[in-house]
Amino acid sequence: MSKNTPYYIIGFAVIATLVICTLAFVNGEFGGSDDAGGEEAEKWGFEPWTGNWMENINFEMPGETESFLFAVQAAIGAIIIGFFIGQNYGKKKALAGDSQTSEE
Amino acid sequence: MHIMEGYLDPMWCVVWFVVMAPFFIIGVLKLRKIIAEHPEQKMVVALSGAFIFLLSSLKLPSVTGSSSHPTGTGVAVVFYGVGVCSVLATIVLIFQALLLAHGGFTTLGANCVSMGIIGPFVGLIVWKLLRGAKLNAFISMFGAAAVADLMTYVVTAVQMALNVTTSAGANFAEAFADFISVYAVTQVPLAIVEGIILGMFALYLSSARPDIFELADKNGINPFSTEV
Repeated sequence: MSKNTPYYIIGFAVIATLVICTLAFVNGEFGGSDDAGGEEAEKWGFEPWTGNWMENINFEMPGETESFLFAVQAAIGAIIIGFFIGQNYGKKKALAGDSQTSEE
Repeated sequence: MHIMEGYLDPMWCVVWFVVMAPFFIIGVLKLRKIIAEHPEQKMVVALSGAFIFLLSSLKLPSVTGSSSHPTGTGVAVVFYGVGVCSVLATIVLIFQALLLAHGGFTTLGANCVSMGIIGPFVGLIVWKLLRGAKLNAFISMFGAAAVADLMTYVVTAVQMALNVTTSAGANFAEAFADFISVYAVTQVPLAIVEGIILGMFALYLSSARPDIFELADKNGINPFSTEV
């Protein structure tokens, strides 16, 4: 076990506990706080002076498409992070192979 | 933290674009310099942007019964400073405004100031303090990322409160208290989650690529520096 392993175990355990306990024990609709901020501004008497560009051309994006695009965004990030980790692993392995060959 | 299209008075839209501009320009110049002088850094720049892409797309439930998303700016600001962080955050904000109609183009300046400039800047200060105290990569990144995340939402609350104060005649203190309860309270557990995720990644980097931390520790906090 590497010296970092306890950090990873505790880290993932805390994240899982926070998310699961929130979903299990908190009553709420879990709507977005970004939208809630806009609604709060309206409560203070501020009227939005324009809608987003999709509203302005009367286009309503289906929820499924929106979820898909959020997933695409997440995937772009995850692919780059995965590539970086893979590249480092490959380099490390290649270096270990080189040093083994030179020892032989 | 995304202020939606039309929810900022045009005067404030202009003000926040003006505030954003110098940081963004410095960031573009610094990025060009990094790519020209240190092409081996391209992958780390992409990695910094990748965390913003990934984490800002994750809508997580919070203890207040609503959902919000982390910002992911901790890595970018620690490795490359506020200017580069503002450029990477702007790319993500444009992606979301264009494809998801999330956030907006008129509010891009305000969203960039909160998510790409002030929030990360405070996170960078925390990083420097914790590294100065010889704390390890996990704790330092945890502090930097969590504070950057939380401060992003505090700044958004200030922006929204200023907006309703000047355009709807609200009392600033009351409006700020109201917006901070909407944004920041929801964000506290998510800031902890973000801090842990980025802290774990920093720990991985500290053993896999310690050279990256030499770069991060060499960087100053001056947001107007283009030194690489």
